[in-house]
Amino acid sequence: MKFRAKIIDVGCLNHFTRVVNTVSRLTKACVLRLTCDHLYFVLSGRVASGGVSMWCELSQGNFFDEFQLEGVSADANEILLEVAPENLSRALKTAQNAKSVKIKLTKKSSACLTLAAELPSLSSVSRVVTHDIPVDVIPRRLWHDFREPQMPDFDVSIYLPPLKTLKSVVDRMKNLSNSLVLEANLNGEMNLKIDTDLVSVTTHFKDLGNPPWGDDGSQSSSPHRDPELMTEVCVDIRKLQQFLTGQQVHPSRAMCNIVDRRILHLIFLHEDVSLQYFIPALA
Amino acid sequence: MQTLFRNNIVDKQNIMDCVATGGNVKVLAKAIHSLSRIGEELYMEPMEDGLALRSVNSSRSAFACFLLSPLFFQRYQAPSDQSFRCKMPIKSVQAVFKSLTSLDRSVEKCRIQLNSEKSRLTITLHCKHGLLKTHNLSYQDCEGLQAVFDKESCANVLQAQPRLMVDTVLHFPPSLEEVNLSVSSDRVWLRNHVEDDTDSSRAMMTELCLSSEEFDHFAVGSQTSITFCLKELRGLLAFAESSGLPISMYFDEPGSPVILSVTDSVLEANFVLATLSEDSHPKNHVNTKRPDTEQPPDDFMSDDMDSFLIAMETSELPGPSHVPTSPPRPTSNRKHSFSEEEALAEGPPNKKFCSLFFGSVLPTPSQLPNQTMQSQEVLASDSEDENQTETS
Repeated sequence: MKFRAKIIDVGCLNHFTRVVNTVSRLTKACVLRLTCDHLYFVLSGRVASGGVSMWCELSQGNFFDEFQLEGVSADANEILLEVAPENLSRALKTAQNAKSVKIKLTKKSSACLTLAAELPSLSSVSRVVTHDIPVDVIPRRLWHDFREPQMPDFDVSIYLPPLKTLKSVVDRMKNLSNSLVLEANLNGEMNLKIDTDLVSVTTHFKDLGNPPWGDDGSQSSSPHRDPELMTEVCVDIRKLQQFLTGQQVHPSRAMCNIVDRRILHLIFLHEDVSLQYFIPALA
Repeated sequence: MQTLFRNNIVDKQNIMDCVATGGNVKVLAKAIHSLSRIGEELYMEPMEDGLALRSVNSSRSAFACFLLSPLFFQRYQAPSDQSFRCKMPIKSVQAVFKSLTSLDRSVEKCRIQLNSEKSRLTITLHCKHGLLKTHNLSYQDCEGLQAVFDKESCANVLQAQPRLMVDTVLHFPPSLEEVNLSVSSDRVWLRNHVEDDTDSSRAMMTELCLSSEEFDHFAVGSQTSITFCLKELRGLLAFAESSGLPISMYFDEPGSPVILSVTDSVLEANFVLATLSEDSHPKNHVNTKRPDTEQPPDDFMSDDMDSFLIAMETSELPGPSHVPTSPPRPTSNRKHSFSEEEALAEGPPNKKFCSLFFGSVLPTPSQLPNQTMQSQEVLASDSEDENQTETS
């Protein structure tokens, strides 16, 4: 098993750092899956995390100048590591003006991801800062837990309103209630609702647009579905807020898929990064 | 013209009367703030060669002293018989100088005085628009506080601009307690130090390597590695950064204290920290420093992967593939060397550090004025001082 990669471009380094920062705000521990073409930060839904799962996919070529991987075996040419993204975030934080950043899988007293940054210095010799981030190698028999999640059979898919607006609405609603109902229809309409003993608040969004999924431009759900019909899901508002607050990468497309009363599936797409987040409905 | 307040030009009753003006008020405030990072009490001693402000931590493994010369003050009056030493809670002094940022805009003058009739130390801030803020602080008489150290005899001396030190420390988390400093003939390494007993395989290890060229002065007698508490230093770093003064570092072998100083024509600050004795190289790092060769090849620069390839098993492992942990490190022999006062058992991070030697050897008259020489002050002075001179 061997892994080495190098980033030289400052823009790529900053972008990669922002992605790692976003992931670190979503979870304390996750799995980093490395293949020849991609990196994935994966959190598989467990009761401990409240059932949320995350799939963040990066196309390696858009970030790294050098990328070499030798997986567990020839037919399983991948490496899966359990890592605390916060450590990675911390290591990258002070390397933002580095001339180069190298990441390597190494063995110190245990398996580590070693990050070395060459920093500008006052002399002809660069400063080198090295961080050894402890990781756990995930054995192959557990890999099935970390496969790409299947697109759930959703009822409605809709683009999200501007994230800043959405976030401020959710922030305020969080003060009033622990749960929030998100409903949307195929007419580009979305409502956010909270309902407590003391107060009910609904925020309405219109003309959001519905992403075309099927070949004929319609969504994969029943073609005879009434476009006005709302589908809804009730989620823990803190999980939604945590997701929205953590974002450091501004997506070029943000949408969500709703499985009626079951799952809220959020999808943020950027040129070279995609982030999917699944929030289960509250029981 | 009659004034409401009498100006006491010569006040025989004043034990101490010091006035700092202008920018020096802020410097004074920053010095006190730095000292607060070390200990809970501020020791104050007005001496003939200046006002000494000192602090020590509870386990006596960190000591700091600011000596402000008479030239630092617009007016400086101290008892010529060096008879007055006091201590007070540092928080109460900090309260006088709160809101540092607005100090230089609002405060024109700061007067510290002690009248023999009063049992309070009076600090008066003369502010703009005729505003006078008077603070009366209670204090305790005490013995002198002076750690024994001798910068001149240290084998290794480094000097750097504060910016270098601050940038270096940035790579380590603010909560980091202990740091290891290693030097070779042309390199300096700074690493976070992880305790034996903690789960060292789970801690993130950070190492920063600097070239000797980045230092203003680099004199390394022998390759050394010392471990000391970083937290207590941050006060000095902040002071040096704001003053722009270079920081000098004096150290010897592990176990001997490391001294960091900042000096200019009117003040001298010394931070003395105990170091772990008989420090062994942390096993968590593959040793990037090999004392017998000249320049250890940097792992990444040479890109030599072989020694760092992870030797991993295949999927047939029964459990999560944990690499077997390395054999336990030989326990360091942490003897408490030359300690007059045993380290107090408080504060786990500090108890293993040697307690600094707080001397009780009688000072010779020639040594007294110059603090930077090996000064050994009496902890409990005689009631009759043979060298008493006339007060003017």
